[in-house]
Amino acid sequence: MLTKRIIPCLDVTNGRVVKGTNFVSLRDAGDPVELARFYDEQGADELVFLDITASSDKRAILKDLVARTSEQVFIPFTVGGGISDIDMIRELLILGADKVSINTAAVSNPQLIFDASAHFGSQCIVAAVDVKRVSSSVAVYPIAEVSLDASSRFEVFTHGGRHATGIDAVKWAQFLTDKGAGEILLTSMDKDGTKDGYDIELTQAVASVVKVPVIASGGAGALSHISDILTVCDAALLASLLHFKELTVEQIKTHCDHMQLPIRRI
Amino acid sequence: MNKTVTILDYGSSNLRSVAKAIETVGFTVKTVRSRAEIVAADVLVLPGQGAFQQAMAELQGLDVIDVIRAHIQNGKPYLGICLGFQILFESSSENGDHAGLGVFKGKVQHFDEVWSPEVKAKGLKVPHMGWNQLQMKRDPIGVFVDVEMPISTYFVHSYAVFDTEHQVVSTTTEYGVPFVSSVQTASLFASQFHPEKSGTLGLKILSSVLHQF
Repeated sequence: MLTKRIIPCLDVTNGRVVKGTNFVSLRDAGDPVELARFYDEQGADELVFLDITASSDKRAILKDLVARTSEQVFIPFTVGGGISDIDMIRELLILGADKVSINTAAVSNPQLIFDASAHFGSQCIVAAVDVKRVSSSVAVYPIAEVSLDASSRFEVFTHGGRHATGIDAVKWAQFLTDKGAGEILLTSMDKDGTKDGYDIELTQAVASVVKVPVIASGGAGALSHISDILTVCDAALLASLLHFKELTVEQIKTHCDHMQLPIRRI
Repeated sequence: MNKTVTILDYGSSNLRSVAKAIETVGFTVKTVRSRAEIVAADVLVLPGQGAFQQAMAELQGLDVIDVIRAHIQNGKPYLGICLGFQILFESSSENGDHAGLGVFKGKVQHFDEVWSPEVKAKGLKVPHMGWNQLQMKRDPIGVFVDVEMPISTYFVHSYAVFDTEHQVVSTTTEYGVPFVSSVQTASLFASQFHPEKSGTLGLKILSSVLHQF
């Protein structure tokens, strides 16, 4: 039986971890590779790096990060953040990334998901979807089959939740997997940072329509939040809760095991 | 001096990860692309990711199929990972019917071809991607002596070998039905899973395979 996955997420800029971390035991808490090794040793099932570098050197910096990670980390890892063309995906995969995560580029050019999965296989193309509950969006998306309608409850946002797109999140997830996305990384922008639990309703709505694994993100604040969300999806993404050592991967796994979820123990 | 392990570069995108993992467990890696270098190899490694047919076409293009087969049949050490495991069998139904090296009898099939309607109704996802458990059948080389079974390793694949009664089966894994997750002979270990992505235990497996060879 496949196990549920616990996935630490590291935000990096210019090759360094940003957003605070609380790793006094590490020589250099700002080094993403060192943090990645730490989580690997703790039993993390995968890792995600989200690169938020704004500079034009981004490509070179990201390649260096992936190369250094693949030298030292022997669990699957995903790289995301501003990946917008096939050549860049190829470079990152050859350097050792296992998957790439595509977010904004999928909204501006959905064909990229199709092309990327045709070239490299669905298993290495993760579609990242940032979502908020529909309020009063006036955005209009050119593809009718994924546009918001009267029954839509969740809308896709880009640029860290600042830009509404007019896309219905559930239809979008379905559309992206039809185009070849092998996984959906689903972030609730409403829940992100609240620590009051993942968005179960959103996650369930998406997981029930797509045939690929769904990784839930945003809102984890307690062990029960993690075991609850893993009853409706395949993996849980965690950031600050782990970075600030409020919980360890080991504690999370012990709890999930106790809750009788299939989980990998090391 | 460290023992040298020869990795065939036939276009597989996981080559670097495999090479790094092998170096980490204490071996020198030599990456090759020619017949002569395969003939000269002691331990030969075929990594692999992508489509079966493409991998075989690549081997054909390099003109190395007969020397790989001879290497294995002469009892020289071989480590195969993912496609490097699958191509050992006679054929695969991935994108039509394509011949493999035929070192072992049997074929590679899609999960959908072997799942019963009851299993299909469970809604299991393909590719089979993630961590899953190994059940031990036999361990002639002693690959798993240092680990406490059952362990979980990392898988990414849509096709598999389902003849779990085959005499070379080392471990099986359950995904809807049991499939072959690794095979062993006295001089060969090949796995459907990715030891290079299976954390500390994966490195341990690589280390014991290569040290036993």
